[in-house]
Parts: sequence; structure tokens; C-alpha cells
Amino acid sequence: MPRIFTPKVITANALMEGDVVYLTADDLWTRHHREAELIDDEAHAQVRLLDAERRCDEVVGPYLADARTTPDGPAPAHFREVLRTRGPSNYRHGKQVGLV
Amino acid sequence: MYRYTEFDEAFVRERVAQFRAQVERRIDGSLTEDEFRPLRLMNGLYLQLHAYMLRVAIPYGTLSAGQMRQLATIAERWDKGYGHFTTRQNIQFNWPRLCDVPDMLDALADVGMHAVQTSGNTIRNVTADHFAGAAADEIEDPRPYAELLRQWSTDHPEFQFLPRKFKIAVTGAPADRAVTKAHDIGLRIVRSGQDTGFQVIVGGGLGRTPMIGSVIREFLPKADLLPYVEAIVSTYNLLGRRDNKYKARIKIAVHEEGLDRIRELVERRFGELRPQFAGADQKLLSDIRAMFALPPLTRAPVMRFETARRRDPAFRAWTDTNLARHRDPDHAIVTVSLKAHGATPGDATAPQMRALADIADEYGYGELRVSHEQNIILPHIHRSHLHEIHGRLKIAGLSTANVGLVSDIIACPGMDYCALATARSIPVAQWIATRFEELKIEHDIGPLKIKISGCINACGHHHVGHIGILGLDRAGVENYQITLGGDGTEDAVIGQRAGPGFSSEEIVPAVERLVFAYLEMRKSGDETFLETYRRTGPAPFRTALYGGERARAA
Repeated sequence: MPRIFTPKVITANALMEGDVVYLTADDLWTRHHREAELIDDEAHAQVRLLDAERRCDEVVGPYLADARTTPDGPAPAHFREVLRTRGPSNYRHGKQVGLV
Repeated sequence: MYRYTEFDEAFVRERVAQFRAQVERRIDGSLTEDEFRPLRLMNGLYLQLHAYMLRVAIPYGTLSAGQMRQLATIAERWDKGYGHFTTRQNIQFNWPRLCDVPDMLDALADVGMHAVQTSGNTIRNVTADHFAGAAADEIEDPRPYAELLRQWSTDHPEFQFLPRKFKIAVTGAPADRAVTKAHDIGLRIVRSGQDTGFQVIVGGGLGRTPMIGSVIREFLPKADLLPYVEAIVSTYNLLGRRDNKYKARIKIAVHEEGLDRIRELVERRFGELRPQFAGADQKLLSDIRAMFALPPLTRAPVMRFETARRRDPAFRAWTDTNLARHRDPDHAIVTVSLKAHGATPGDATAPQMRALADIADEYGYGELRVSHEQNIILPHIHRSHLHEIHGRLKIAGLSTANVGLVSDIIACPGMDYCALATARSIPVAQWIATRFEELKIEHDIGPLKIKISGCINACGHHHVGHIGILGLDRAGVENYQITLGGDGTEDAVIGQRAGPGFSSEEIVPAVERLVFAYLEMRKSGDETFLETYRRTGPAPFRTALYGGERARAA
């Protein structure tokens, strides 16, 4: 039986800083996971990934990451992706600096 | 210390200029990431979880005070004010911007440093005993040979696309502080009658398939070093499996072909190569050797040392753990711990790097070393200066008296930084160190090496930790597997897996149970954790880990 498709976001690292970015529904790269486009259709996900891969002068290594719906927008499903939304746990560096 | 020749200088500058142009072409869109990636990796630039990471080689772990100061400047100007010293005698900067990296490399070149071959399937930074040139037990300083290997391997045209990365470690002492048996090639300077030469070990490695290296040549004349090492790498270059990344290291070739077959092939290739080395390498070696001469050591009374030990208990505790025997009895080797309880193993701030550089200049002949155990060494300190140095280190937050103890933990960056990691390792190290500091028992526990890796690649050397911890992803949750009885010295042993892993909440209590089991079982305060483990075997330690829980579950 084929695996059931679970919702995804497209994420990558920004070319210049390497900072984690997410693709929005209106084709912008955002630094905030909750603003990402949550994709729940597999075919659409593949098309969006192809779109992202063509933008190689903006980002590096786009891929599909599991996500789930929350009232505040998409949230990461796996702990690796949770760390990517925040930064390292040993210093207040990275994205967590700007978070409330 | 080695000083760049005009050739080194020109080579490194040219490489930086090339990379600068490559970065510009990446930024303006003329190079895709697929095209750029191998170019940036050749220059030590990785892309990690949150940012780029620049890995800079510290060849055989030797740094001058001036180089350390420049690392501090780089950390402040282009990074977040600190650097991370690694288990391979490198320093990593975790937050560079792509456009700044060529300037960082130029700043490194200003002090005779580079990031060449700190990545990729090449011969990596040659590592050495961090007490090299100073240790009391040393037969000969191995660093001139390590420098010769660095020059030979840098941009070696035959070895730029090996089946996989290739790591060489060198030691000149019988006590192996360079983990030579866990390297692709380990070189140990040994005596045979009046002569000294190399015992050559091949096929060691940690990672997914940990193996202890085997002796391929008991005694290699020193003049044959380059042709023999070239013969090994050349043989491996043809034999190594390029079909499967996980089977591509030389250890797998040695395992699959057998040591005898490898030896036969290497000797045959050596026969072809030996005549091509007509003596230029030996001339170069003698020039290099002159640069590693022991500095003219201070002659002065050492009474102040004993007086201070009697009067200052904090100083006494520090001298008990952080000093090692120097070849000159009036001097000591100081290990400066980068493992303050609760801090990130191996991290130093820019002010700390400057404090170390200043101390090295004032008291230590301008020399520093980086150990694979992620500490900094002041290799030649006259004993009469130790008390002042301890005071200076205290001000810099660098006087932790824990070298070789339970909180002197090796940890890879893990999932806090590394794109390959399957779990975090830094927080586990922080929790363990903090817990044992609360218990105030680490000096009673004595020598105990805990090593933590955040994935199977084993950068944290967990296989050779007395207690090894491997962080894994089990169904989307961090899980920590324990290995016991590993040893990275001349008696190298791969640790044995204790049993099922522990969650991040359970791992510190599990380590605590192991340590308390040891304290109960040891015959005396002199029997170390590893000795007790070897005497009793794993059973009582497994009971300490799992016994209680199983009994409750039953």
C-alpha cells in the first residue's frame, strides 16, 4: 500500500546567511515557519519543490519537511525541524533571538 | 614552530583568490549549488542546520599565540565572538556569512593558517599527540613528520578524489594520546635497538563500523615515511569501494581483503615508489625539524610552586588534575580545560582566546596546542609561573580543575548545529557535568572519560569512551545509547553496547547509576572506572542500568 501523504512545508537555507527559510503560498521566502505554505497534496508538493529548486540564487538545498496545522499556522512535526525554527540550545543565537 | 615558506604563502593566497572568485560567481548566480558545493567543501565551508560553518585546520594541534589572537579577531569580526575546538584539532566558526568567508580565509593566511582539505574525500588535517615536543615520555617530537605529511598531502594530485575521507594521526610517545589506532593510518614512533622508526597502523576508524587498526609494518625506517604512506593511500585509492559510501573507508578494504593481502599490495607499490623519493623529502624534513626545536627553557628556582600549593587549595586541586609531566622536571604541561561545568565542550570566547595567547606569550614561549579532547594546552610552563597563570586563567573563566574527570566530556556539535546529527549532544554533556558538580564527587570518582556523539559517524569518539553515549532518532524522539569499556589509548578497545537506549530525561540518571555502581564495586580509590569494568565485566554495570527497572516491570 502506498504511504499516506502527510502535510509538508518547503524549507531551505538562505544563500547568503545560511539561515533557515520557508516558502510561502505567494512565492516568498519567509524566516518564520508559521508563514509557510502548508501543502497537503503530494502532486502539488512535487511541483512546489521543483519551483523552489529553480530558485538556486536565493536558497540552498530546498526539501519537503513534515508539518502540522495549528491555530497559528503550520508548525514543525519533527524535533530536528523544531530546532531549525529556533537555533541551537546552548546559546541564544539564531532565530530564537527575535522570538518572543 | 613551523613558519610558512614563500611557497606555502603563495599557495594559500592563490587558493583564497580562487575561492573569492568562486563565491562571487555563486552569489551572482553563475554557479549553481551543485557546482559550488565541491568548491566550498575543498575550502572547509559547510552548510549546517542554521548557518554556514567554516572548519579551519590546526595542523597537528599546534598554534602560536599570534595565531590564537587572529582566531579571536575572526570570531569577533565575522562570527558571534567564539570558536568551537573539535575532536580533530580543528576550529569551527558556526555563523559566517557566505560573502565574508574569503575575507576570513585571507585573515587566516595572514597568520599561516588555512581551511584546505578540512572536508571532502581527501587526506584531512594530520593530527598529533597534543603533548608533542613537551611530554616526558616522548621518544621524539612527531610534528616535523606531521608537517612533512601536511605538505605532501596538500593538493596531492593523486589523492583529491579518494573513495572517502582519510585521516592520519601521529605520536612520538608510548602513551598514545592521539588515538592512533582509530585512524585510517596511525603512526607511532618506536625504538628498535639504537634506531627509531615508525610502527605503522592501518584500517582503524570509528563511525558506523568501528574498528581498531592493525599493524601493517612493525618498524618503518623514518626516511621511508612518505613513500610508504603514499603506497598505502595509493593502494586504497584503487581498492576502496566507491559503490557504497558506508563501505568506502580503508578499514573496510582491510577487513574485506585481509591485512596480509593489503600488506602485499602496499609493499609492492612501495617498491615502485621508493626509488622516486631521491632525498628532496629528507632535505625538506631537516629544514622543518629545525623549526620545531625546543625553546631555550627558563632556569629558575621552583620553590614558589610548592609554597603556593600548600597555601592555595584551589590551585592545588587544579595542579592535581590539569598538569602533565614535561621532559624538563622544572617545567610542566598545562591543560586548560574548555569544560567549565555546564559550558559547551570545546568552545572558547574571543576574550578567552586572547587571554590564552597573552599567557602563552608571557610565560609559555608563545606556544599553544589544541587537543582532540577539546582542551587547550600550554606545553612549556616553568613551575614557578603556575600560580600566576592559574590566577590569570581564573579571571578568564578557564581555571576548571577537571581534566580527565567525569565532566571533561568530549561532545560533537550534535543536532544543535550539525546537519548530519540524529540527536543533540551538547545539552547532554552540559547536564552530566552540571549534575556531577552538584554531587561534588568527581575528584573522588577519578579518571573517567565520557564521550558523546550525536550520530553514528562518531565525531564525539563515543566508541572509545569509558562511557560512550550515542544520540539517535528513535521514531522522532531523541534516544541515547550507552557503550561501556571503550578505550582510546595504546590499549585501544571499542566499547560494548550496554542495552536499550535512554530518553533525554533518563540519560543523566543512567550515567549516575553507572558511576555509583563503580564507586561501590571498586577495590580501592586507586582502581579506575575502566579497571573496575575490565575486572567485573559488563554484567554489574548492566544491572545498574536496567536491573531496577526490569524488577519493577516484572
